[in-house]
Amino acid sequence: MKRLIITLIILSAGFASSCAARGETNVIVSGSTSVLPYVEILVEEYRILYPEYGVGIQGGGSSAGILAAVSGFADIGMSSRALNEDERDLWSSEIALDGLAIIIHPDNPVDNLSMQQLRDIYTRRITNWSEVGGRDARIHIIAREAGSGTRSAFQDLVMEGEVIHQRAIVQNSNGAVRQLVSGNRDTIGFISLGLAEPQPGLRPVKALQLDGVAPTRENVLNGSYGLYRAFLFVMPEAPEGYVGHFIDYILSEEGQQLLIGEGLISVSGRIG
Amino acid sequence: MKKFKEKLSGRVFFVLALSTISALVLITVFIFVNGMPLIAEVGLFNFIFGMSWAPEQGQFGIFPMIVGTVSVTLGAALLGIPVGICCSIFMAEFAPAMMKNIFRPAIQLLAGIPSVVYGFWGLIFIVPAISTHLGGVGMSILAGSIILAIMILPTIISISEVSLLALPRTYKEGALALGMTHWQTIRHVQLPAAKSGIVAGVILGIGRAVGETMVVIMVLGNSVALPESILDSVRTLTTNIGLEMGYAAGRHRQALFATGIVLFVIIMILNISAQYITRKKVK
Repeated sequence: MKRLIITLIILSAGFASSCAARGETNVIVSGSTSVLPYVEILVEEYRILYPEYGVGIQGGGSSAGILAAVSGFADIGMSSRALNEDERDLWSSEIALDGLAIIIHPDNPVDNLSMQQLRDIYTRRITNWSEVGGRDARIHIIAREAGSGTRSAFQDLVMEGEVIHQRAIVQNSNGAVRQLVSGNRDTIGFISLGLAEPQPGLRPVKALQLDGVAPTRENVLNGSYGLYRAFLFVMPEAPEGYVGHFIDYILSEEGQQLLIGEGLISVSGRIG
Repeated sequence: MKKFKEKLSGRVFFVLALSTISALVLITVFIFVNGMPLIAEVGLFNFIFGMSWAPEQGQFGIFPMIVGTVSVTLGAALLGIPVGICCSIFMAEFAPAMMKNIFRPAIQLLAGIPSVVYGFWGLIFIVPAISTHLGGVGMSILAGSIILAIMILPTIISISEVSLLALPRTYKEGALALGMTHWQTIRHVQLPAAKSGIVAGVILGIGRAVGETMVVIMVLGNSVALPESILDSVRTLTTNIGLEMGYAAGRHRQALFATGIVLFVIIMILNISAQYITRKKVK
Protein backbone atom coordinates (compact mmCIF):
# COMPACT_ATOMS: atom_id res chain seq x y z
CA MET A 1 0.00 0.00 0.00
CA LYS A 2 2.78 2.36 1.00
CA ARG A 3 4.59 1.53 -2.21
CA LEU A 4 1.46 2.31 -4.20
CA ILE A 5 1.16 5.72 -2.58
CA ILE A 6 4.78 6.51 -3.28
CA THR A 7 4.36 5.49 -6.91
CA LEU A 8 1.32 7.73 -7.19
CA ILE A 9 3.20 10.65 -5.74
CA ILE A 10 6.07 10.17 -8.16
CA LEU A 11 3.66 9.88 -11.07
CA SER A 12 1.77 13.02 -10.15
CA ALA A 13 5.04 14.89 -9.71
CA GLY A 14 5.94 13.80 -13.22
CA PHE A 15 2.64 15.11 -14.53
CA ALA A 16 3.10 18.40 -12.74
CA SER A 17 6.55 18.93 -14.20
CA SER A 18 5.42 18.10 -17.73
CA CYS A 19 2.61 20.62 -17.34
CA ALA A 20 5.10 23.19 -16.22
CA ALA A 21 7.23 22.51 -19.30
CA ARG A 22 4.21 23.16 -21.49
CA GLY A 23 3.66 26.42 -19.65
CA GLU A 24 6.97 27.76 -20.97
CA THR A 25 5.98 27.16 -24.59
CA ASN A 26 6.88 30.08 -26.79
CA VAL A 27 5.33 29.19 -30.14
CA ILE A 28 1.89 27.64 -30.44
CA VAL A 29 1.08 25.95 -33.75
CA SER A 30 -2.51 24.91 -34.39
CA GLY A 31 -4.61 23.58 -37.27
CA SER A 32 -4.77 20.89 -39.94
CA THR A 33 -4.49 17.31 -38.78
CA SER A 34 -2.94 16.41 -42.17
CA VAL A 35 0.00 18.72 -41.48
CA LEU A 36 0.18 17.93 -37.78
CA PRO A 37 2.16 14.64 -37.90
CA TYR A 38 4.87 16.24 -40.05
CA VAL A 39 5.15 19.29 -37.81
CA GLU A 40 5.39 16.97 -34.81
CA ILE A 41 8.46 15.36 -36.35
CA LEU A 42 9.97 18.78 -37.08
CA VAL A 43 9.31 19.92 -33.54
CA GLU A 44 11.01 16.85 -32.08
CA GLU A 45 14.19 17.69 -33.96
CA TYR A 46 13.83 21.40 -33.23
CA ARG A 47 13.61 20.73 -29.49
CA ILE A 48 16.85 18.77 -29.63
CA LEU A 49 18.66 21.45 -31.63
CA TYR A 50 17.26 24.44 -29.75
CA PRO A 51 16.17 23.31 -26.29
CA GLU A 52 15.73 26.94 -25.25
CA TYR A 53 12.79 27.40 -27.65
CA GLY A 54 9.51 25.70 -26.84
CA VAL A 55 6.85 24.76 -29.40
CA GLY A 56 3.35 23.50 -28.65
CA ILE A 57 1.16 21.83 -31.29
CA GLN A 58 -2.61 21.45 -31.46
CA GLY A 59 -4.93 19.87 -34.06
CA GLY A 60 -8.44 21.04 -34.84
CA GLY A 61 -8.47 21.39 -38.61
CA SER A 62 -7.31 23.97 -41.14
CA SER A 63 -10.10 26.48 -40.64
CA ALA A 64 -9.87 26.33 -36.87
CA GLY A 65 -6.09 26.77 -37.06
CA ILE A 66 -6.29 29.84 -39.28
CA LEU A 67 -8.96 31.31 -37.03
CA ALA A 68 -6.78 30.65 -33.98
CA ALA A 69 -3.82 32.42 -35.60
CA VAL A 70 -5.97 35.43 -36.55
CA SER A 71 -7.50 35.72 -33.11
CA GLY A 72 -4.15 35.30 -31.36
CA PHE A 73 -4.85 32.01 -29.59
CA ALA A 74 -2.08 30.49 -31.66
CA ASP A 75 1.03 31.98 -33.28
CA ILE A 76 0.86 29.88 -36.41
CA GLY A 77 -2.10 28.29 -38.16
CA MET A 78 -1.50 25.12 -40.17
CA SER A 79 -3.59 24.70 -43.30
CA SER A 80 -3.80 21.87 -45.82
CA ARG A 81 -6.16 23.81 -48.07
CA ALA A 82 -5.73 26.96 -50.12
CA LEU A 83 -6.68 30.26 -48.46
CA ASN A 84 -10.15 31.52 -49.36
CA GLU A 85 -11.22 35.06 -50.29
CA ASP A 86 -11.45 36.36 -46.72
CA GLU A 87 -8.04 35.01 -45.81
CA ARG A 88 -6.04 36.45 -48.73
CA ASP A 89 -4.67 39.35 -46.67
CA LEU A 90 -2.97 37.03 -44.19
CA TRP A 91 0.72 36.24 -44.36
CA SER A 92 1.30 32.66 -45.45
CA SER A 93 4.17 30.41 -46.38
CA GLU A 94 4.18 27.04 -48.08
CA ILE A 95 6.22 24.68 -45.93
CA ALA A 96 5.92 21.67 -48.24
CA LEU A 97 3.84 20.14 -51.02
CA ASP A 98 1.97 16.88 -50.66
CA GLY A 99 1.22 15.00 -53.87
CA LEU A 100 -1.70 12.61 -54.26
CA ALA A 101 -1.03 9.31 -56.00
CA ILE A 102 -3.77 7.20 -57.58
CA ILE A 103 -2.77 3.65 -56.77
CA ILE A 104 -3.74 0.20 -58.09
CA HIS A 105 -2.42 -3.35 -57.75
CA PRO A 106 0.88 -3.97 -59.62
CA ASP A 107 -0.72 -6.85 -61.58
CA ASN A 108 -3.39 -4.56 -63.00
CA PRO A 109 -2.36 -3.83 -66.64
CA VAL A 110 -3.75 -0.26 -66.57
CA ASP A 111 -0.96 2.35 -66.47
CA ASN A 112 -2.71 5.57 -67.30
CA LEU A 113 -6.06 7.22 -66.70
CA SER A 114 -7.41 10.54 -67.87
CA MET A 115 -8.77 12.91 -65.24
CA GLN A 116 -12.23 12.34 -66.75
CA GLN A 117 -11.88 8.55 -66.46
CA LEU A 118 -10.75 8.89 -62.85
CA ARG A 119 -13.78 11.03 -62.08
CA ASP A 120 -16.06 8.54 -63.87
CA ILE A 121 -14.61 5.69 -61.82
CA TYR A 122 -15.22 7.49 -58.54
CA THR A 123 -18.79 8.37 -59.52
CA ARG A 124 -19.27 4.78 -60.82
CA ARG A 125 -20.12 5.79 -64.37
CA ILE A 126 -17.25 3.43 -65.17
CA THR A 127 -17.57 0.22 -63.16
CA ASN A 128 -15.43 -2.29 -65.07
CA TRP A 129 -11.67 -2.26 -65.62
CA SER A 130 -12.17 -3.34 -69.26
CA GLU A 131 -13.65 0.10 -69.98
CA VAL A 132 -10.27 1.70 -69.27
CA GLY A 133 -8.03 -0.94 -70.85
CA GLY A 134 -7.83 -3.47 -68.04
CA ARG A 135 -9.16 -6.99 -67.65
CA ASP A 136 -12.86 -7.76 -67.34
CA ALA A 137 -13.45 -7.21 -63.62
CA ARG A 138 -15.51 -4.95 -61.41
CA ILE A 139 -13.71 -1.85 -60.14
CA HIS A 140 -13.69 -1.53 -56.35
CA ILE A 141 -13.18 2.09 -55.38
CA ILE A 142 -11.57 2.97 -52.09
CA ALA A 143 -11.83 6.37 -50.45
CA ARG A 144 -10.95 8.05 -47.16
CA GLU A 145 -13.51 9.01 -44.52
CA ALA A 146 -15.51 12.25 -44.56
CA GLY A 147 -13.54 15.07 -42.96
CA SER A 148 -10.12 13.70 -43.92
CA GLY A 149 -7.80 16.24 -45.54
CA THR A 150 -6.71 13.73 -48.17
CA ARG A 151 -10.33 13.09 -49.13
CA SER A 152 -11.11 16.79 -49.38
CA ALA A 153 -7.99 17.34 -51.52
CA PHE A 154 -9.12 14.54 -53.86
CA GLN A 155 -12.63 15.97 -53.85
CA ASP A 156 -11.36 19.44 -54.80
CA LEU A 157 -8.72 18.38 -57.34
CA VAL A 158 -10.53 15.56 -59.13
CA MET A 159 -14.26 15.51 -58.57
CA GLU A 160 -15.21 18.97 -59.90
CA GLY A 161 -18.19 19.32 -57.61
CA GLU A 162 -19.42 15.74 -57.99
CA VAL A 163 -19.52 13.43 -54.99
CA ILE A 164 -17.50 10.25 -54.44
CA HIS A 165 -19.94 7.35 -54.86
CA GLN A 166 -21.46 5.97 -51.65
CA ARG A 167 -20.53 2.42 -52.61
CA ALA A 168 -16.85 3.33 -52.11
CA ILE A 169 -15.06 1.33 -49.45
CA VAL A 170 -13.89 3.71 -46.74
CA GLN A 171 -10.62 3.33 -44.84
CA ASN A 172 -9.37 5.75 -42.23
CA SER A 173 -5.68 6.02 -43.03
CA ASN A 174 -3.27 6.19 -45.97
CA GLY A 175 -1.71 2.96 -44.73
CA ALA A 176 -5.01 1.06 -44.68
CA VAL A 177 -5.81 2.17 -48.24
CA ARG A 178 -2.37 1.07 -49.41
CA GLN A 179 -2.67 -2.26 -47.63
CA LEU A 180 -6.03 -2.99 -49.26
CA VAL A 181 -4.92 -2.00 -52.76
CA SER A 182 -1.69 -3.98 -52.55
CA GLY A 183 -3.68 -7.10 -51.70
CA ASN A 184 -6.46 -6.93 -54.29
CA ARG A 185 -6.15 -6.73 -58.08
CA ASP A 186 -9.41 -4.90 -58.74
CA THR A 187 -9.13 -1.97 -56.34
CA ILE A 188 -8.20 1.67 -56.86
CA GLY A 189 -7.37 4.20 -54.15
CA PHE A 190 -5.64 7.51 -53.47
CA ILE A 191 -2.91 8.23 -50.91
CA SER A 192 -0.12 10.66 -50.18
CA LEU A 193 2.50 10.48 -52.93
CA GLY A 194 5.39 9.69 -50.60
CA LEU A 195 3.57 6.67 -49.21
CA ALA A 196 3.00 5.17 -52.68
CA GLU A 197 6.71 4.53 -53.17
CA PRO A 198 8.08 1.05 -52.47
CA GLN A 199 8.59 0.50 -48.76
CA PRO A 200 10.58 -2.27 -47.12
CA GLY A 201 8.36 -5.07 -45.84
CA LEU A 202 5.24 -3.86 -47.62
CA ARG A 203 3.78 -5.24 -50.84
CA PRO A 204 4.19 -2.72 -53.67
CA VAL A 205 1.43 -0.69 -55.32
CA LYS A 206 1.40 0.93 -58.74
CA ALA A 207 0.94 4.70 -58.96
CA LEU A 208 -0.99 5.60 -62.12
CA GLN A 209 -0.07 8.24 -64.66
CA LEU A 210 -2.71 10.91 -65.07
CA ASP A 211 -3.25 12.15 -68.62
CA GLY A 212 0.13 10.62 -69.42
CA VAL A 213 2.02 12.38 -66.62
CA ALA A 214 3.80 10.25 -64.04
CA PRO A 215 3.31 11.15 -60.36
CA THR A 216 6.83 12.18 -59.44
CA ARG A 217 8.21 14.97 -57.30
CA GLU A 218 9.69 16.60 -60.41
CA ASN A 219 6.35 16.63 -62.21
CA VAL A 220 4.67 18.17 -59.17
CA LEU A 221 7.36 20.86 -58.99
CA ASN A 222 7.19 21.72 -62.70
CA GLY A 223 3.41 21.84 -62.52
CA SER A 224 2.61 19.05 -65.03
CA TYR A 225 1.15 16.67 -62.41
CA GLY A 226 -1.85 18.48 -60.99
CA LEU A 227 -2.79 16.34 -57.99
CA TYR A 228 -1.05 18.04 -55.11
CA ARG A 229 -1.79 20.44 -52.33
CA ALA A 230 0.35 22.84 -50.37
CA PHE A 231 0.78 22.69 -46.63
CA LEU A 232 0.63 26.28 -45.40
CA PHE A 233 1.68 28.15 -42.31
CA VAL A 234 -0.63 31.11 -41.85
CA MET A 235 -0.44 34.11 -39.55
CA PRO A 236 -1.73 37.68 -39.49
CA GLU A 237 1.66 39.33 -40.13
CA ALA A 238 5.12 38.31 -41.27
CA PRO A 239 6.81 36.37 -38.46
CA GLU A 240 9.63 37.69 -36.36
CA GLY A 241 11.44 36.72 -33.17
CA TYR A 242 11.06 33.15 -31.99
CA VAL A 243 8.16 32.43 -34.36
CA GLY A 244 10.38 33.47 -37.25
CA HIS A 245 13.18 31.31 -35.90
CA PHE A 246 10.93 28.22 -36.01
CA ILE A 247 9.72 28.93 -39.55
CA ASP A 248 13.29 29.58 -40.71
CA TYR A 249 14.23 26.18 -39.34
CA ILE A 250 11.41 24.45 -41.26
CA LEU A 251 12.35 26.18 -44.52
CA SER A 252 16.06 25.49 -43.96
CA GLU A 253 17.84 22.69 -45.82
CA GLU A 254 17.74 20.62 -42.65
CA GLY A 255 14.02 21.01 -42.02
CA GLN A 256 13.11 20.39 -45.65
CA GLN A 257 15.26 17.24 -45.77
CA LEU A 258 13.33 15.95 -42.77
CA LEU A 259 10.03 16.52 -44.60
CA ILE A 260 11.35 14.89 -47.80
CA GLY A 261 12.32 11.90 -45.68
CA GLU A 262 8.68 11.69 -44.58
CA GLY A 263 7.47 11.66 -48.18
CA LEU A 264 6.60 15.31 -48.74
CA ILE A 265 7.91 17.48 -51.56
CA SER A 266 10.23 20.33 -50.67
CA VAL A 267 9.14 23.82 -51.64
CA SER A 268 12.72 25.07 -51.97
CA GLY A 269 13.01 23.64 -55.51
CA ARG A 270 9.98 25.57 -56.68
CA ILE A 271 10.30 28.93 -55.05
CA GLY A 272 14.10 29.04 -55.00
CA MET B 1 -16.76 5.67 18.11
CA LYS B 2 -17.47 2.25 16.68
CA LYS B 3 -20.97 3.31 15.73
CA PHE B 4 -19.54 6.36 14.00
CA LYS B 5 -17.16 4.22 12.02
CA GLU B 6 -20.03 1.95 10.97
CA LYS B 7 -22.07 4.91 9.84
CA LEU B 8 -19.13 6.46 8.04
CA SER B 9 -18.29 3.30 6.13
CA GLY B 10 -21.89 3.10 4.94
CA ARG B 11 -21.69 6.66 3.69
CA VAL B 12 -18.39 6.08 1.92
CA PHE B 13 -19.77 3.10 0.06
CA PHE B 14 -22.89 5.07 -0.82
CA VAL B 15 -20.84 7.91 -2.30
CA LEU B 16 -18.70 5.52 -4.32
CA ALA B 17 -21.78 3.68 -5.58
CA LEU B 18 -23.32 7.01 -6.47
CA SER B 19 -20.31 7.89 -8.62
CA THR B 20 -21.13 4.96 -10.94
CA ILE B 21 -24.66 6.20 -11.45
CA SER B 22 -23.50 9.77 -11.91
CA ALA B 23 -21.02 8.65 -14.58
CA LEU B 24 -23.94 7.09 -16.45
CA VAL B 25 -26.06 10.20 -16.05
CA LEU B 26 -23.19 12.45 -17.10
CA ILE B 27 -22.45 10.48 -20.26
CA THR B 28 -26.13 10.17 -21.19
CA VAL B 29 -26.80 13.87 -20.72
CA PHE B 30 -23.65 14.77 -22.65
CA ILE B 31 -24.53 12.56 -25.62
CA PHE B 32 -28.09 13.87 -25.77
CA VAL B 33 -27.15 17.54 -25.35
CA ASN B 34 -24.61 17.26 -28.15
CA GLY B 35 -26.67 15.16 -30.51
CA MET B 36 -30.22 16.43 -30.11
CA PRO B 37 -29.74 19.80 -31.86
CA LEU B 38 -28.85 18.05 -35.11
CA ILE B 39 -31.76 15.62 -34.87
CA ALA B 40 -34.05 18.57 -34.20
CA GLU B 41 -32.63 20.42 -37.18
CA VAL B 42 -32.72 17.52 -39.66
CA GLY B 43 -35.83 15.89 -38.22
CA LEU B 44 -35.90 12.50 -36.52
CA PHE B 45 -37.52 10.79 -39.52
CA ASN B 46 -35.04 12.22 -42.03
CA PHE B 47 -32.14 11.34 -39.77
CA ILE B 48 -33.14 7.73 -39.21
CA PHE B 49 -34.58 6.98 -42.64
CA GLY B 50 -32.35 9.28 -44.73
CA MET B 51 -30.49 7.31 -47.40
CA SER B 52 -27.56 9.65 -47.91
CA TRP B 53 -24.68 10.31 -45.50
CA ALA B 54 -22.44 13.10 -46.82
CA PRO B 55 -21.58 15.36 -43.86
CA GLU B 56 -19.53 17.72 -46.02
CA GLN B 57 -22.54 18.27 -48.27
CA GLY B 58 -24.87 18.63 -45.27
CA GLN B 59 -26.64 15.29 -45.74
CA PHE B 60 -27.18 13.30 -42.57
CA GLY B 61 -29.11 10.09 -43.16
CA ILE B 62 -28.12 6.99 -41.23
CA PHE B 63 -30.52 4.41 -42.65
CA PRO B 64 -27.80 2.51 -44.57
CA MET B 65 -25.88 2.22 -41.30
CA ILE B 66 -28.90 0.94 -39.40
CA VAL B 67 -29.33 -1.68 -42.12
CA GLY B 68 -25.59 -2.38 -41.84
CA THR B 69 -25.76 -2.88 -38.08
CA VAL B 70 -28.83 -5.10 -38.33
CA SER B 71 -27.44 -7.25 -41.15
CA VAL B 72 -24.06 -7.85 -39.53
CA THR B 73 -25.67 -8.60 -36.16
CA LEU B 74 -28.20 -10.93 -37.75
CA GLY B 75 -25.40 -12.76 -39.56
CA ALA B 76 -23.43 -13.11 -36.33
CA ALA B 77 -26.53 -14.37 -34.52
CA LEU B 78 -27.32 -16.95 -37.23
CA LEU B 79 -23.79 -18.31 -37.06
CA GLY B 80 -23.19 -17.91 -33.34
CA ILE B 81 -26.44 -18.92 -31.63
CA PRO B 82 -26.70 -22.55 -32.83
CA VAL B 83 -23.03 -23.20 -32.13
CA GLY B 84 -23.21 -21.46 -28.76
CA ILE B 85 -26.33 -23.26 -27.53
CA CYS B 86 -25.09 -26.66 -28.70
CA CYS B 87 -21.78 -26.01 -26.97
CA SER B 88 -23.55 -25.12 -23.72
CA ILE B 89 -25.71 -28.28 -23.90
CA PHE B 90 -22.56 -30.33 -24.45
CA MET B 91 -20.85 -28.72 -21.48
CA ALA B 92 -23.84 -29.06 -19.15
CA GLU B 93 -24.99 -32.53 -20.14
CA PHE B 94 -22.46 -34.57 -22.05
CA ALA B 95 -18.92 -33.45 -21.33
CA PRO B 96 -16.89 -35.60 -18.94
CA ALA B 97 -15.12 -33.68 -16.17
CA MET B 98 -11.79 -33.77 -17.97
CA MET B 99 -13.20 -32.17 -21.11
CA LYS B 100 -15.03 -29.55 -19.06
CA ASN B 101 -11.69 -28.60 -17.59
CA ILE B 102 -10.38 -27.95 -21.07
CA PHE B 103 -13.45 -26.32 -22.61
CA ARG B 104 -14.36 -23.91 -19.84
CA PRO B 105 -11.01 -22.09 -19.58
CA ALA B 106 -10.71 -22.12 -23.38
CA ILE B 107 -14.04 -20.35 -23.72
CA GLN B 108 -13.07 -17.87 -21.04
CA LEU B 109 -9.88 -17.20 -22.96
CA LEU B 110 -11.95 -16.54 -26.08
CA ALA B 111 -13.77 -13.83 -24.14
CA GLY B 112 -10.49 -12.33 -23.00
CA ILE B 113 -8.94 -11.76 -26.44
CA PRO B 114 -8.96 -7.99 -27.15
CA SER B 115 -11.29 -7.05 -29.99
CA VAL B 116 -8.50 -5.41 -31.97
CA VAL B 117 -6.78 -8.80 -32.15
CA TYR B 118 -9.95 -10.38 -33.54
CA GLY B 119 -10.14 -7.56 -36.07
CA PHE B 120 -6.52 -7.91 -37.11
CA TRP B 121 -6.91 -11.65 -37.51
CA GLY B 122 -10.04 -11.10 -39.59
CA LEU B 123 -8.29 -8.55 -41.78
CA ILE B 124 -5.29 -10.78 -42.44
CA PHE B 125 -7.10 -14.14 -42.63
CA ILE B 126 -10.88 -13.94 -43.22
CA VAL B 127 -10.99 -10.97 -45.60
CA PRO B 128 -8.41 -12.35 -48.08
CA ALA B 129 -10.02 -15.81 -47.85
CA ILE B 130 -13.43 -14.40 -48.81
CA SER B 131 -11.87 -12.31 -51.55
CA THR B 132 -10.05 -15.32 -53.03
CA HIS B 133 -12.87 -17.83 -52.85
CA LEU B 134 -15.99 -15.72 -53.27
CA GLY B 135 -14.68 -12.66 -55.13
CA GLY B 136 -14.86 -8.97 -54.40
CA VAL B 137 -12.72 -7.12 -51.90
CA GLY B 138 -13.58 -9.45 -49.02
CA MET B 139 -14.47 -6.61 -46.67
CA SER B 140 -18.09 -7.57 -46.26
CA ILE B 141 -21.08 -8.40 -44.09
CA LEU B 142 -19.92 -12.03 -44.20
CA ALA B 143 -16.46 -11.24 -42.80
CA GLY B 144 -17.92 -9.13 -39.99
CA SER B 145 -20.56 -11.75 -39.16
CA ILE B 146 -18.04 -14.58 -38.90
CA ILE B 147 -15.76 -12.69 -36.52
CA LEU B 148 -18.60 -11.26 -34.42
CA ALA B 149 -20.12 -14.75 -34.17
CA ILE B 150 -16.90 -15.99 -32.59
CA MET B 151 -16.80 -12.98 -30.29
CA ILE B 152 -20.32 -13.48 -28.93
CA LEU B 153 -19.88 -17.22 -28.33
CA PRO B 154 -18.48 -16.92 -24.77
CA THR B 155 -21.43 -14.78 -23.64
CA ILE B 156 -24.01 -17.15 -25.10
CA ILE B 157 -22.25 -20.30 -23.90
CA SER B 158 -21.57 -19.26 -20.33
CA ILE B 159 -25.04 -17.82 -19.64
CA SER B 160 -26.82 -20.75 -21.30
CA GLU B 161 -24.69 -23.29 -19.46
CA VAL B 162 -25.31 -21.63 -16.11
CA SER B 163 -29.06 -21.60 -16.68
CA LEU B 164 -29.04 -25.28 -17.71
CA LEU B 165 -27.02 -26.23 -14.63
CA ALA B 166 -29.28 -24.16 -12.37
CA LEU B 167 -32.32 -26.34 -13.14
CA PRO B 168 -33.46 -28.51 -10.20
CA ARG B 169 -32.13 -32.08 -10.51
CA THR B 170 -35.68 -33.36 -10.07
CA TYR B 171 -36.63 -32.16 -13.59
CA LYS B 172 -34.10 -34.40 -15.20
CA GLU B 173 -34.63 -37.31 -12.80
CA GLY B 174 -38.39 -37.16 -13.24
CA ALA B 175 -38.16 -37.13 -17.02
CA LEU B 176 -35.74 -40.04 -17.08
CA ALA B 177 -37.89 -41.95 -14.62
CA LEU B 178 -40.83 -41.53 -16.99
CA GLY B 179 -38.83 -43.37 -19.61
CA MET B 180 -37.55 -40.44 -21.68
CA THR B 181 -34.18 -40.83 -23.35
CA HIS B 182 -31.40 -38.41 -22.51
CA TRP B 183 -31.95 -36.41 -25.71
CA GLN B 184 -35.73 -36.33 -25.17
CA THR B 185 -35.12 -35.02 -21.67
CA ILE B 186 -32.90 -32.23 -22.97
CA ARG B 187 -35.20 -31.40 -25.85
CA HIS B 188 -38.56 -31.46 -24.04
CA VAL B 189 -37.74 -30.72 -20.40
CA GLN B 190 -34.43 -29.00 -19.82
CA LEU B 191 -34.25 -26.63 -22.80
CA PRO B 192 -37.81 -25.30 -22.31
CA ALA B 193 -37.17 -24.87 -18.59
CA ALA B 194 -33.93 -22.96 -19.17
CA LYS B 195 -35.35 -20.97 -22.06
CA SER B 196 -35.44 -17.57 -20.38
CA GLY B 197 -31.79 -17.81 -19.32
CA ILE B 198 -30.69 -18.91 -22.78
CA VAL B 199 -32.66 -16.12 -24.45
CA ALA B 200 -31.12 -13.58 -22.07
CA GLY B 201 -27.66 -14.89 -22.98
CA VAL B 202 -28.46 -14.57 -26.66
CA ILE B 203 -29.71 -11.00 -26.22
CA LEU B 204 -26.60 -9.99 -24.28
CA GLY B 205 -24.48 -11.58 -27.02
CA ILE B 206 -26.37 -9.62 -29.65
CA GLY B 207 -25.85 -6.47 -27.55
CA ARG B 208 -22.14 -7.10 -27.68
CA ALA B 209 -22.26 -7.54 -31.46
CA VAL B 210 -24.21 -4.29 -31.91
CA GLY B 211 -21.77 -2.34 -29.75
CA GLU B 212 -18.56 -3.76 -31.20
CA THR B 213 -16.52 -1.13 -33.04
CA MET B 214 -12.89 -1.96 -33.61
CA VAL B 215 -13.46 -5.26 -35.40
CA VAL B 216 -16.07 -3.91 -37.74
CA ILE B 217 -14.02 -0.84 -38.68
CA MET B 218 -11.30 -3.21 -39.80
CA VAL B 219 -13.26 -5.79 -41.77
CA LEU B 220 -16.52 -4.24 -42.98
CA GLY B 221 -15.12 -1.78 -45.52
CA ASN B 222 -17.37 1.00 -44.19
CA SER B 223 -19.33 1.89 -47.36
CA VAL B 224 -22.37 4.05 -46.70
CA ALA B 225 -24.63 2.26 -49.16
CA LEU B 226 -27.43 -0.25 -48.79
CA PRO B 227 -25.96 -3.74 -49.22
CA GLU B 228 -27.21 -5.93 -52.06
CA SER B 229 -25.55 -9.16 -50.93
CA ILE B 230 -23.63 -10.51 -47.96
CA LEU B 231 -20.43 -9.88 -49.91
CA ASP B 232 -21.09 -6.13 -49.95
CA SER B 233 -19.34 -3.69 -47.66
CA VAL B 234 -21.48 -1.89 -45.07
CA ARG B 235 -21.00 0.57 -42.24
CA THR B 236 -22.44 0.11 -38.76
CA LEU B 237 -23.53 2.86 -36.36
CA THR B 238 -20.50 2.33 -34.12
CA THR B 239 -18.10 2.41 -37.06
CA ASN B 240 -19.55 5.69 -38.23
CA ILE B 241 -18.52 7.34 -34.96
CA GLY B 242 -15.16 5.60 -34.69
CA LEU B 243 -14.22 6.32 -38.28
CA GLU B 244 -15.07 9.98 -38.54
CA MET B 245 -14.65 11.44 -35.05
CA GLY B 246 -11.03 12.38 -35.71
CA TYR B 247 -11.80 15.22 -38.08
CA ALA B 248 -15.42 15.99 -37.34
CA ALA B 249 -16.32 19.53 -36.35
CA GLY B 250 -19.54 21.52 -36.01
CA ARG B 251 -22.62 19.84 -37.44
CA HIS B 252 -20.63 16.78 -38.48
CA ARG B 253 -19.64 16.25 -34.84
CA GLN B 254 -23.22 16.73 -33.70
CA ALA B 255 -24.33 14.17 -36.26
CA LEU B 256 -21.89 11.63 -34.81
CA PHE B 257 -23.30 12.24 -31.33
CA ALA B 258 -26.78 11.83 -32.79
CA THR B 259 -25.63 8.48 -34.20
CA GLY B 260 -24.56 7.71 -30.65
CA ILE B 261 -28.07 8.47 -29.38
CA VAL B 262 -29.60 5.97 -31.80
CA LEU B 263 -27.03 3.37 -30.76
CA PHE B 264 -27.64 4.13 -27.09
CA VAL B 265 -31.38 3.57 -27.49
CA ILE B 266 -30.86 0.26 -29.33
CA ILE B 267 -28.47 -1.10 -26.68
CA MET B 268 -30.80 0.14 -23.93
CA ILE B 269 -33.73 -1.76 -25.44
CA LEU B 270 -31.63 -4.93 -25.75
CA ASN B 271 -30.38 -4.76 -22.15
CA ILE B 272 -33.78 -3.99 -20.69
CA SER B 273 -35.38 -6.88 -22.56
CA ALA B 274 -32.62 -9.24 -21.37
CA GLN B 275 -33.25 -8.12 -17.79
CA TYR B 276 -36.99 -8.41 -18.18
CA ILE B 277 -36.72 -11.96 -19.50
CA THR B 278 -34.39 -13.15 -16.71
CA ARG B 279 -36.56 -11.55 -14.06
CA LYS B 280 -39.65 -13.30 -15.37
CA LYS B 281 -37.88 -16.60 -14.74
CA VAL B 282 -37.34 -15.85 -11.05
CA LYS B 283 -41.06 -15.31 -10.38
